[in-house]
This record gives sequence, structure tokens and C-alpha cells, in this order.
Amino acid sequence: MPSRIKVANPNRCIGCYSCMLACSRTNADSVSLIDSAIDIRTSGGIESGLQIIVCRSCIDPPCARACPTGALTPRNGGGVVLKKELCDSCKVCADACLPRAIHFDREDMPVNCIHCGTCARFCSHDVLELIKTEVL
Amino acid sequence: MLSNVLYIDLETGEHNIRDRSDLFDKYIGGTGVATQLLLEECPPGTDPLSPEAPVIFSIGPLSAIFPCVSKVVAMFKSPLTGELGESHAGGRLAMAMRFAGYGSIVIKGRSPKPSYLSIHDDEVKCKDATSIWNVSSVEVIGKILRDVEPGKGRRSILRIGEAGVKGVSYANVNVDTYRHFGRLGLGAVLGSKNLKAMVISGTEEVELPDMEAYKGMYKKLYEAVVDTEVMNKYHDLGTAANINVLNQLKGLPTKNLKQSSFENAESLSGEYFADNLLLRKIACSNCPIGCIHIAMLKTPFHKGHEFEVNHISYDYELIYSLGTNLGITLAEDVLRLIDRCERYGLDVMSLGGVLAWATEAYERDLIIPPDTLGIAPRWGDTDTYLKIIDRIVKMPNKFYEIMAKGTAAAAAEYGGEDFAITLGKLEIAGYHTGPASIVGQLVGVRHSHLDNGGYSIDQKAASSQLTEEQMVDKLIYEDYGRNINNSLVACLFARGVYSEDNIVEALASVGINKTKEELTSIGREIFLAKYQFKKQAGFDLGDVKVPARFFETISQLGSIKEETITNMIKLYRDKTGV
Repeated sequence: MPSRIKVANPNRCIGCYSCMLACSRTNADSVSLIDSAIDIRTSGGIESGLQIIVCRSCIDPPCARACPTGALTPRNGGGVVLKKELCDSCKVCADACLPRAIHFDREDMPVNCIHCGTCARFCSHDVLELIKTEVL
Repeated sequence: MLSNVLYIDLETGEHNIRDRSDLFDKYIGGTGVATQLLLEECPPGTDPLSPEAPVIFSIGPLSAIFPCVSKVVAMFKSPLTGELGESHAGGRLAMAMRFAGYGSIVIKGRSPKPSYLSIHDDEVKCKDATSIWNVSSVEVIGKILRDVEPGKGRRSILRIGEAGVKGVSYANVNVDTYRHFGRLGLGAVLGSKNLKAMVISGTEEVELPDMEAYKGMYKKLYEAVVDTEVMNKYHDLGTAANINVLNQLKGLPTKNLKQSSFENAESLSGEYFADNLLLRKIACSNCPIGCIHIAMLKTPFHKGHEFEVNHISYDYELIYSLGTNLGITLAEDVLRLIDRCERYGLDVMSLGGVLAWATEAYERDLIIPPDTLGIAPRWGDTDTYLKIIDRIVKMPNKFYEIMAKGTAAAAAEYGGEDFAITLGKLEIAGYHTGPASIVGQLVGVRHSHLDNGGYSIDQKAASSQLTEEQMVDKLIYEDYGRNINNSLVACLFARGVYSEDNIVEALASVGINKTKEELTSIGREIFLAKYQFKKQAGFDLGDVKVPARFFETISQLGSIKEETITNMIKLYRDKTGV
């Protein structure tokens, strides 16, 4: 059964960024914030709380619908699969996603969540969970 | 890897970047590198508030890449003590510096006009800050800069408040609203440079030689942090848990250390704060512990349920300084006092010390109504203390000008040195635990309880007898060893995880090979380099005085004899050579 990331308890986030470092370390072999598919950020300073921006695993993903080259296609269980060789970095996908869960790395390639659950394993406050989803 | 130093001259607004592998290879980073930069940039005789005086920020090779390596060291010459100024802050600064690619930032000169620094990767600009120069609230300054600067979401914003602008000797620097470079007056130094704020962000990747080794080590350290009692201790009640503990042990300075326990401690306890006032907890970047405790204070200001709501971070030292040591009986009043200090950008511990000294000096008629402009400080009187804080920042007369220079300066002018509870001219931390705490703060390079954790050595001595020499040996071991933690710059709350073995292994996993013996020797060398600076600035360990109050009030280890302190300092000097 495929899995997906769920933002289970957003208000428990302490803003440590352990999930972001875990994502880029595991999926991009890098130590950075921009290679992470999950994005934790403040909005209006630390006093105003934290935003957790991650792929919401749409079954009919608007980013894939918007993609003119077929680089992004729906993933079984929700979200998208990226074929890098087809992507021409037009960035149309980013605007199609309301939570703005797609951003770009230094080579202008989309950084998209593969729902592997690494971020949840490195969350010490149960903000993130990896849950099983129905196969369609 | 991490070896770039960004040099900024505020006089001209120009900057350059130099590779200082020479320093990072030898002294690791953080406090080790910053000490060398301070010796290079701040020759003997430099006035701490002159344009020539440098401000140095440093991180280390593990910053932002391993859990809890989340702090930044600031070094400068202290306007409060006139000697070594060193302060550490968390927040997001370490991560921002790391991903902007700077191991250290050296700031010199005085900007011709009020200014702030905008640093985003390799774009470094000195911008006009005239319109925010007189904004008194550090929180509002953060809000204004957030709107005009890039790097939204993960940048770090440093700023000074009115206390820094006016040159209060213990003005602090606010980092990301809830963290600070506190204690030795960095805020006044930035104020003297016409530097109101600094915004920094970065998007670089850190390149490592062996990703697999790094991943394995990360997991090991992360699990150690999350799975050990470290997490519970600092995350649950936080450092405020110490109020009840030290009160029971008779180690809690109360009413200017006239007492070492407080009849109202329970109402200021970590338990009371957590149950009644705690709003949420947050973390420094890259730290899964999350020890930053934020209280919510709701104050009615008008009929019809009109409330002002403030979010205020609290810790043990703040509750001691503006609570027990002033005889305050309500936690909500402690928060009001902390909030006022935060707004002005004042160091809470030093300000609390100044107020405690003034209250007792007033009781003894050493200061009189014409000095205080008719204000009568009294134990537990929050409203009066708020008025005094305002005047310390505004400095309407000579008395308040001297209060703005700290307790030691005030006692030198008005008397009462026997109860001016400072060590090395710095207002003490909240531990009257015994001789190791007193000696530890006296000999410590920055006169901080965190230089060597003397209070914790006293606590060990309480359960198993330690001789004077054994206590001194433990202090020296910590004084040397913590210079390594502070060169990384790992948070000292995680020092149990960053053991010597783990440090050696973590450094090796990112391609830096140092043995335990080498690290010990580097730690000692850094310590001695700091003492070189201290001596050049006139600090003499042979000449320090301990106010009588420390010997009059019973401590956790019973009454402390002056002779014990004298012996321990002599032993310390003989063994370290300082």
C-alpha cells in the first residue's frame, strides 16, 4: 500500500528544521535547506508561528495538470512523480500548487516530495506522520 | 570547508572576504577562531565604544549540520567590564551564517549615519537605518525589517533597542525576537557603531567529503539528543525547573542575596509558569530539544475586556534576576519586568543586579530621593522597578547614568561594595551553591556560570566530599573543555551528547581529524589566549575581590569562608599559570 506524508499536528512544530535537513540529506545527498521537499518557515517572525509547506498528495494534482512537458505525472497514492529528463524548468507547476509545495534547486529542477517518510522519522514532536493510503 | 571571514568596515560601507583556513584549521571555529580575530583586531588600549573596536561573530565546522550545534559566539571588548567580551546566542543566526557561507563576520568602524547590515549570501550591503534608529521596541524593529528584506522564512535578524542606542553598558542584542547576545554589553558596542540591526540569510549547500559517514553520525547524535533525558530536562519545564530545586537547597539568591531561599518561590516556580502562563515552546534552528519557553501575559488596559497580549520568553536566570532577587511575589510581575527589559534591549541579569543593589542601597541611605528623583525602590514593588528601568535607559541625571554603567560602577560611586553582588564586575548568575560557583565565575573567561559550571561542581561536592583542590581541578577541566564545545559552537545544554569521543567522531565524519589529546591541548590554548586578552585589558586574577555578602549568606554547602576562596584562586593560578 503506498504511503503519504500527513501534517498531523501543525501547531506542535517547534521550528527546529530537523525534517528539512533530513530530507535534503537523504534524497539529495546534500546539506542544505533548498534541496528539501518539505519547507518549514516562519511567517511574520518566530512570534507568529510556523508554516509547514509540503506536498498535500492530491489525487488529481494540479501541478501535473499544468505541466506542459509531461515531466510531472500523478503518483499512485497521491502527489506526483518527476521525470527530470522531461522537465524544462518552466516553473508553471509551482504556481499551480496553492500551498506552494514545489520549489526549485540550484539547477532549477523542481524539488518534489516522494512521500518517503524520512522527515517524519526526524520529527521529535509528532508534527508529521507517514500514513498508508488506498491504491487507486 | 568553513574558512571564509567576512570583514565589514562601517566607516566606508565596504567589505571583503578572506580565507582564514590558517585560523579554522588550528582553532576549529567559534570561540577559538573569534579569540584570535579579537587579538588581531583589538590591540591593547582600544576603547570598547570607539570605531576601532571590533565585533566578531563566529560559528564552527559542525554548525547547522549536526543537531544542537546551533549557537554563535560574539566577541568584543566589554563596555561593562573593560575586558574580554564574549556572548553566545541561539536562534537562527548560526544556520543563516552557515548557509550564507561565513565562518566569521568581523565588523569595524562607525557608520556616518544610522545603518543596518543586509547580508544575503554574497550580497553584503550597509543600508540606511535613520527611520528605525529611534524605534524603541526591538520587536517592532524586527517587524519592519521583515517587510523590506529578502530571505523570508529562515533569515536571522539581530537588532538593538533603545538601551543599545543610548549606550547602557549592559545593553544586549536581540536575535530573532526570543534569543540574545546578553551579558557584557554587545548592544552598546553596536550602538556606538551606529549599527541598529543585521539581517542575514543564505542558500548555499555545505559540501562534505563523505555523505555516508555524515549520515551515520547525524543519526547517532540525533538519537542521543532525542532519546536521552537531556530532552526532557530542557523541554519540559525548561531551566525554570531550577527555582524550586535551588530554593530547597538554599542556593537561590533572594533580595540581593540577603537570603538563599525565598518564601514565595513556589509562586515563581517553573511548575507555576508551565501550568499557568506557558503558551508554547520553540527551538533554535537545528535543535530538536526546543527549550525556548514562551509565556503569554494578558494585561487588561481598559474597561470592557480590553487586553494587551505579550509573548515573553522566560528562563531560570531571568526569574531569579527580576523575581526572587527583587523579592517579587507574582510570576506575572516577573513577566512584566522581563518584557520591559526586552523592549529596551537590556540584559536582564545585569539589570536585575543593578535594581537589587539599588534597593538595598536605598534601605541603607547610601542613595537618597534626590538621587533617584523621588523614586523609592522597595522589595517586591514592580511598578516602581518599571519606573527605574525607564530612567536607566533615559538617564535623566547622574545617578541613572551611573546605574546604566552597572552594579560595580554604581557601588564604586555610592558605596555598598560589600553587597554589590558581582564577580569580575559582572552581576552574578542565580546560584549561591558554594565556593566552586564563586571561584568559577571569578576565574571564568567571561565571568559566566557557563564558563565552567561551578554550581554543578558544588552540587557534586554536596553528595560526595570534594577537597578544594579537587574542585579547582574540575573547574580547570571544564574551562579548557568547554572552549572546544564553544568552538563548534554546540549548545551547552547538549554537552552530555557532545562528549570528547563524540566530538572527535563528528569532526572526523566531516573530514576534520583531531585526536582527543589534540582537542584538550587546543582548548587550553584558547583559554590562555583569552587570558592574554584579559591581562592586556587590565584584568588581574591576583587582584579580584569577593563582596562580603557571599560569605554572610548561607549557601547550599553551608557558610562559605573567605579563606576557601583565596586558597582556591591561588591553586587555580598555580595550575593554569594565569
